[in-house]
Amino acid sequence: MIKFNKVTKIYQPDTVVLQDISFEIKKGEFVSVVGKSGSGKTTLTRLILGLEEPTEGEVFFEDRNLESVDSKKIQELRRKIGVIYQDYKLLPTKTVYENVAYIMAVEGKTDEEISIEVPKVLDIIGLTGKDDNFPSELSGGEQQRLAIARALVNHPDLIIADEPTGNLDPYNTYEVINLLQKINLAGTTIILATHDREVINKLGKRVITIEKGKIIRDEEAGRFII
Amino acid sequence: MPKTFTRILKFAFQDFNRNKGISIATIFVLLVTMSLVSGIFFFKGMMSYLTAQIQNKIDITAYFEEDTSEEDILAVKEAILASSPDIKDIEYVSKDQALQNFTEKHGDSAVLAKALEQVGDNPFLPALNIITNGETAQYEQVANTLQTADYAKLINKVDYSEKKDTIEKVYSITSNINRFGIIAGIILIAVAVLVVFNTIKLAVDSSKAEISTMRIVGASDWFVRGPFVIQGVIYGVIAFLICIILLGGFSYLLSPKLSVVLPGFDSFQYFLSNLWIFALVQLGFGISVGVISSFIVIKKYLDI
Repeated sequence: MIKFNKVTKIYQPDTVVLQDISFEIKKGEFVSVVGKSGSGKTTLTRLILGLEEPTEGEVFFEDRNLESVDSKKIQELRRKIGVIYQDYKLLPTKTVYENVAYIMAVEGKTDEEISIEVPKVLDIIGLTGKDDNFPSELSGGEQQRLAIARALVNHPDLIIADEPTGNLDPYNTYEVINLLQKINLAGTTIILATHDREVINKLGKRVITIEKGKIIRDEEAGRFII
Repeated sequence: MPKTFTRILKFAFQDFNRNKGISIATIFVLLVTMSLVSGIFFFKGMMSYLTAQIQNKIDITAYFEEDTSEEDILAVKEAILASSPDIKDIEYVSKDQALQNFTEKHGDSAVLAKALEQVGDNPFLPALNIITNGETAQYEQVANTLQTADYAKLINKVDYSEKKDTIEKVYSITSNINRFGIIAGIILIAVAVLVVFNTIKLAVDSSKAEISTMRIVGASDWFVRGPFVIQGVIYGVIAFLICIILLGGFSYLLSPKLSVVLPGFDSFQYFLSNLWIFALVQLGFGISVGVISSFIVIKKYLDI
């Protein structure tokens, strides 16, 4: 589903973020990307979303080289990806309900579909009753969950979670990871970027370890070793 | 796609409503600049009225010798009319007509009536009243025609040469005012456009992070841009409604004061008779600047 072929990313003038990275992620996999802050995890997820272009090498999403895809097509690809950010990236002037509904509207879903789907997802994520609140009226954990609800609602092919548990207490962290595992079981590919040792060791799934922009380990059922 | 369009429309009104502070500030700036542009148009209207008034008042009068026959005078009239297509009007005033005009105008003045009585005979000369469109070149031309040998002997005097300096001065003042008005207008409108552009840029800038989120979740260009562009239209329309009401109110209230300075100029009447032009200028200015600014500013953020 995703293929990195000798990808190097250099931010001008000479900050090398990723160096000669190659790996492949198959449909239905649950892959954790681990590394210290600044090791290049976030850049890696931005490359998959087409938010950055590689300085060298190619990034493929569903066999398409992202560099040769035009902006309209990129937007269509992004709709197949649900993204969860550490800083949530919610729409501050829209309510909880509208934040989730917006994603469905982007997809061109009907109002009827939206009014059925959104309450369902809010229920799963435990935000029922907060429909009319704005993101600024939610706690950190609730905002994080809203970000997850938004990533789930369109049943994307791929979920990229960049430090999704960064602001959560152990209990909420467990809940979120549990949820991601459930979604993965239903067939969705998951890329989880994190530096949470506990989470990685408990998962027992494939782990790609990045250090100073290079892949130093790529193991099935890996552990957190830096 | 009507579904997408209604959503864009809904988002636009929702954002407008939820960002009231920014919306009001933008409308206010738009209103101020719009009033400025309308003010320039109003001023231009007053100026062209004034110029027309002055130009109508300055005319050339050719006084003929007392014994000149009406036939000869009318022949001169034809000759002048033939000399230039821009002559507005030539009025023949016979001796009797001149006397009658005088008594009508000063009939109630005992002194003048008495003076006239003492002169005895009708002291007035037959004349041609020539009204041109006010350009000095025309005066020269008319004067030249009157000076040709055939006519010169019929003519007692032409009051053009006496008025010449005044006419030229008035003409140069009015054309200077017009030129200055156009230059000042262009500069002010350019400033107004820049101010509005920057205000809308600030409004859109405050949604910068939101726009990037919309892009990340796969929203198409128009799905992101649409609400901002439509908000531009809403700003323009609201500012227009306020501006046209204010302009109408002011021109109504100022009308009596202005007619003291500019006799015969009714500012409210001017506003009413040019209502469509004012509406078009304001609405055109408001909507086009609002929409184009949103469009340009947002283009930068769509590139992710």
